[in-house]
Amino acid sequence: MSRSETLEPVGGPLWTRPMQVLTALFLAGIAVTLYRFVMGIGAIANLNDGYAWGAWKPISVIVFTSMASGGYATALLLYVFNRRKYAAVSRTAILTSALGYTTGVIVLGIDIGRPWNFWRIVNPGWWNFHSVLLEVAVCISTYIIFLWLEMAHPLLEGAGQSGQWSFRELARRLTPALDSAYPFIVAMAIVLPTMHQSSLGSLFLLAGVRVHPFWQTPLVPLLFLFSCYVMGYAFVVLTSLLSSLAWRRPLEMEALTSLSRVMSSIVAAFVLVRLGDLAWRGQLTRLSVDGWSLLFYAELLLLAVPAVLSFGLDRHASPQKLFLLAASTLLGGSLYRLDTSLVAFMPGAQWRYFPSVLEMLVTIGFAALAVMGYIAIVKRFPILPGVRHAGAHA
Amino acid sequence: MVRISRRTAIKSALFGGAVAVGATTASATESVEPPADARGLLYDATLCIGCKACVTACKDANGLPADTAGPHGLWDRPDDLNAKTKNIIKLYRSGDTTSFVKRQCMHCVDPACVGACMMGALKKREYGIVSWDGSKCVGCRYCQIACPYNIPKFEWEMAGFYNPKIVKCELCRHRLAEGRDPACTEVCPRHAVIYGTREELLKEAHRRIAANPTLYQPNVYGEHDGGGTQVLYLSHVPFDKLGLPALGGESAAATTRKVQGTIYKGFVAPVALYGVLATIISRNQRRAGEEGERS
Repeated sequence: MSRSETLEPVGGPLWTRPMQVLTALFLAGIAVTLYRFVMGIGAIANLNDGYAWGAWKPISVIVFTSMASGGYATALLLYVFNRRKYAAVSRTAILTSALGYTTGVIVLGIDIGRPWNFWRIVNPGWWNFHSVLLEVAVCISTYIIFLWLEMAHPLLEGAGQSGQWSFRELARRLTPALDSAYPFIVAMAIVLPTMHQSSLGSLFLLAGVRVHPFWQTPLVPLLFLFSCYVMGYAFVVLTSLLSSLAWRRPLEMEALTSLSRVMSSIVAAFVLVRLGDLAWRGQLTRLSVDGWSLLFYAELLLLAVPAVLSFGLDRHASPQKLFLLAASTLLGGSLYRLDTSLVAFMPGAQWRYFPSVLEMLVTIGFAALAVMGYIAIVKRFPILPGVRHAGAHA
Repeated sequence: MVRISRRTAIKSALFGGAVAVGATTASATESVEPPADARGLLYDATLCIGCKACVTACKDANGLPADTAGPHGLWDRPDDLNAKTKNIIKLYRSGDTTSFVKRQCMHCVDPACVGACMMGALKKREYGIVSWDGSKCVGCRYCQIACPYNIPKFEWEMAGFYNPKIVKCELCRHRLAEGRDPACTEVCPRHAVIYGTREELLKEAHRRIAANPTLYQPNVYGEHDGGGTQVLYLSHVPFDKLGLPALGGESAAATTRKVQGTIYKGFVAPVALYGVLATIISRNQRRAGEEGERS
């Protein structure tokens, strides 16, 4: 926040060509969603009694919220380890988290078959404390509130700069209270994802022998936690680079290069735990050239190759290089999570599943909504570094 | 000095849970005993002639519609358990060896579906029967992911008035309440499936094995498998041929409780983590503010 004076709205028109395309995708997703609520899940999705979760939960929740862990992962560096240089990318990170989680939970609301009973979750007296999914649901719902509380500061700041007196007055009154509460909000915004990002992995412990042994391990919560840091950092790097490119902002190369290096250290830890776990459970020797092994190698290569290359990054690393390293890491992390939650799930030979087009339109539609939200908010609120930022500090 | 202690605190708080995951063996046992009033079924594959009287009786007793998805769409001919079929007879054949197998909910001693269920829609209620309460179910279908036997089914194809349910055998609990036995056991002409307390059924199963050890597989499936079940199986062919998976002695529900219980023991770790984080972040913010004023 100490640098907030250097963060500026991008400005410019909102109704641009990319926004029109995204709106079309979102409206398609909404149309499918309405149809689903009238005709039932079976009418639009290929979900079946074997693959009861299909791809909605694995993609929109398990993979997308991991990409949206940038807010959490960056807050750890910025506020806990007190590395102030990350302030330059902090708001980008929190905004992607808020949007990714919010749209992920909307898809979850479409996915559940009896949503009218969901209100019961407000009463802890009705909770099954052994249900990992309950923990995940409660934690994610609460976390969304804290993400938007974190976002409240830049949003109020933007409102304070607006012409309307009522917005300025609101910002003037609320900002001091928000600032004094900020450390307690951030602490909560770290504890909650620590809990649910690890528990998203624990969900599959209950599936026991139905998850292939390369992916079924008691260490799955730790691996999921590592993968959300890795994917969170990778996504911040990608978003930040793409935003700078799209709106001709200065590249935050110092913060992004360090972030890439932190990312690679955690990838190293992930790979060590992953290999150690396979060795300990006697699975390492079962690796061969079958489909399962190839999936495992793909994960490993997508993660480990950029990690090794990132160790050598210096101040002169090119943005293109950072982009490729982050993209590969994000793919590797996503593949690990998708494998654990969908591909390596084996309900039985009689079941087949591949997502339908309509099913994917829901996932894509709400991802498009998140991107629209990002574009609109960075154009109107101070999220990204201003154009004079680089010169002012030189 | 301060810096070291702070780092140590962060590390232990953040990664303490992770270390604890590895130490699952050190935690207390999480195994569950069958309830005192546990009732169930004993199915003997050597007696079953595959007449499917139990399939029809189950449909009648539970008001389930016919599944006419098969050829010609004329007959109730389900090819597996589904949202219209809570009980089914299947055939295993390999060369000259054949066996029928009856499949329905196993009513596990420590069910994965019950561990999965967010607000207790699926629960072991009277007689240890795993039953479903629609008023508590949000339709998340985690039970379907968790069940090692692929039992709970969801009504995917529900048009119009949309109220999809989770469908599974509930051991005819509505009939038990009236003092009648589960429908499948009542109609079986060969008594291949019988109803009773889990204790009686186990005793009977072991008596049959002892009386004819060359015919039967040496163990009763469900006595210990996956933490035990209240529906028990006797067979002349290996159980995995009948689609009954090798699960080991510990239920997946117990494994999950061990891992999660180690991390969250009494919810101490999350609360401690919050306290440590709030303290560190407040101090860092204060310092950053002071530095900002100086510069």
